[in-house]
Amino acid sequence: MNLHEYQAKQLLARHRVEVPGGQPCTTADEARSIAEKLFADGQDMVVLKIQIHSGGRGKGLFKDGFKGGVHLCKSADSVHEKAKAMLGNTIVTKQTGEAGRLVQTLLVASAEKILDEFYLAVLLDRETSQPLIMASREGGVDIEEVAETNPDAIVKLQVDPLLGLQPFQARNLAKALGLSGKLIHSGAKLISGVYRTWWECDATMVEINPLCIVESPDGTQKIAAVDAKISIDGNALHRHKDIAEMRDLNEEAELEVEASKFDLNYIKLDGNVACLVNGAGLAMATMDAIKHYGGEPANFLDVGGSASTEQVTAAFQIVLKDPNVKAILVNIFGGIMNCNTIAEGVVAAAQATQLKLPLIVRLEGNNVVAGRKTLSNSGLTLIGADSMAEAARKVVAEAAV
Amino acid sequence: MAILVKSDTKVLVQGITGSFGGRHAKLSLEYGTQVVAGVTPGKSGQNFERTVPIFDSVNEASRETGATTSAIFVPPPFAADAILESVDAGLELVVAITEGIPVRDMIEVKAAIKGSETRLIGPNCPGVVTPGTGEDSHGGCRIGIAPGYIHKAGDIGVVSRSGTLTYEAVWQLTTNGLGQSTCVGIGGDPVPGSTHLDIIKLFNDDPNTRGIIMIGEIGGSAEEEAAEWIKANCNKPVAGFIAGTTAPPGRRMGHAGAIISGGKGTAEAKITAMESAGISVAETPSQMAEALMKIL
Repeated sequence: MNLHEYQAKQLLARHRVEVPGGQPCTTADEARSIAEKLFADGQDMVVLKIQIHSGGRGKGLFKDGFKGGVHLCKSADSVHEKAKAMLGNTIVTKQTGEAGRLVQTLLVASAEKILDEFYLAVLLDRETSQPLIMASREGGVDIEEVAETNPDAIVKLQVDPLLGLQPFQARNLAKALGLSGKLIHSGAKLISGVYRTWWECDATMVEINPLCIVESPDGTQKIAAVDAKISIDGNALHRHKDIAEMRDLNEEAELEVEASKFDLNYIKLDGNVACLVNGAGLAMATMDAIKHYGGEPANFLDVGGSASTEQVTAAFQIVLKDPNVKAILVNIFGGIMNCNTIAEGVVAAAQATQLKLPLIVRLEGNNVVAGRKTLSNSGLTLIGADSMAEAARKVVAEAAV
Repeated sequence: MAILVKSDTKVLVQGITGSFGGRHAKLSLEYGTQVVAGVTPGKSGQNFERTVPIFDSVNEASRETGATTSAIFVPPPFAADAILESVDAGLELVVAITEGIPVRDMIEVKAAIKGSETRLIGPNCPGVVTPGTGEDSHGGCRIGIAPGYIHKAGDIGVVSRSGTLTYEAVWQLTTNGLGQSTCVGIGGDPVPGSTHLDIIKLFNDDPNTRGIIMIGEIGGSAEEEAAEWIKANCNKPVAGFIAGTTAPPGRRMGHAGAIISGGKGTAEAKITAMESAGISVAETPSQMAEALMKIL
């Protein structure tokens, strides 16, 4: 589950990570009053940032021609004007796709004077099954680009999960980033806080980009997380009720949200061959087979291990809501899954939705004889297939008609 | 012979009184597997299916029945504890079927069991099957949730991150007359107890395994690591398949571990690594057995 920048900064601040002062808001008037407070506290500049789950905000273009999702403002009036232009408006960035994203929330924060920029992230190192801290002397840019062009700038640190990050490790990392004097302590404190945020919040990733040396109006310097991105392990939300409430359904595709209500794993894709499969691996392989025979999959859909007739019906209805779909492939290899449950679900769904599209069904496994019988006795016109390859070939041919 | 489990392996089931665990424990009993005990804290003295005694702890269950292997079906919030309990009791093998265990729990488990004698398979996996020699492979050892009847005793080893793709491969092998020594589902999570490589090494050392099918998917680099080792050390023919050629980057494809992130973990990179290691890679999931038969 992805979080907004302002939510990420709330979690970081709870773990004593220095973040620029600010507040989220949903109206231009609120934006003005937050900005007024920041100016009253002595800030001479505030930054206004749209809150969407997508990168490239600064260079994004709103559908009405307004430019940029990040603005520096010197007055509360300017904040109000820019906020008004962005809220309720749809922005297209390099990551949103053509449809763009509706802006409903802004973060109004103090714009710090930045002296230097770095990169910091905590993630799981899958090779060692240990936490990995990745830092770079080059911040504010794409880390993958740095890895390509200047790999020496990247420092990596493995953490023993049972001990946690030790203070000396954090200090050494701060020093490796080129920090000196008091900033080593400020940097180490921040690095420790970021690690603790990752660990204690069950994050799959925490990324601070940029991590900055900032200078206050009084001339003191400190290390602060100027931008932040956090993803949370969805399987751990049961122990983080507060974080679970941060989920923003507006940021997720409508059909995917609908599918998740039925515990279905659905991802919409751009093709016209829908598939409904049990098991994630088989679902991916089914998409691959469709592509191999010249078709384009319309979705990934794993109905899971214990799909009830109700779930299968829901799966069908979700797949059919995609207007691009020209044919449907049901591919079931029943291990946990009872093939007859699937068959009953297919029949119920096809009847409930008065299905007109070609339907190819390939069933194998647990209770397959009863399942096939249920299908053949249903009165539905469907095309059977004995193997996945045959099913994929047939569905691609039907979609092309 | 086989790897990990044999027809006489004594199995206990943690979470045997839950509907999921109970259903599959019953199927394993019907398959002829030696399910000798169940563990549900607070329910000792009861019996499962009238014949299998239930204990409060793994330690008691193992001591009283001689069980050396555990199948874990307990719900995700309690699964890490269940794994650690089995490791503490000194079992040889722990197979965690549970899907949805938080990654942090598994990072801790993996660190905690480092150096112990216990081997962990899973979590989020279909389990392990060593087929028996009876009708529909009856009499074998079935731990987990795989359909028993699709198997056939033989000499092909199967290792996979995906449940249903394992069944697909096994079914293809069986219908082509090729039996299996052991089929191992290592699971789709980002922190697995055992990797492809761990299992491939066992197959390589098993005199009764003649050929191997390795099934992978996008995410991580376990397939590349296995391929590298196979290239230098494996003396048996290996065929393979990678799912997720069409998966979009940055999206988690069902399995918690099936994600291409930062350009890493693509199907393309894995297939290239496998082909350069001499592994016969199937073009479609329907050709997994065929890919192996070409090089046997």
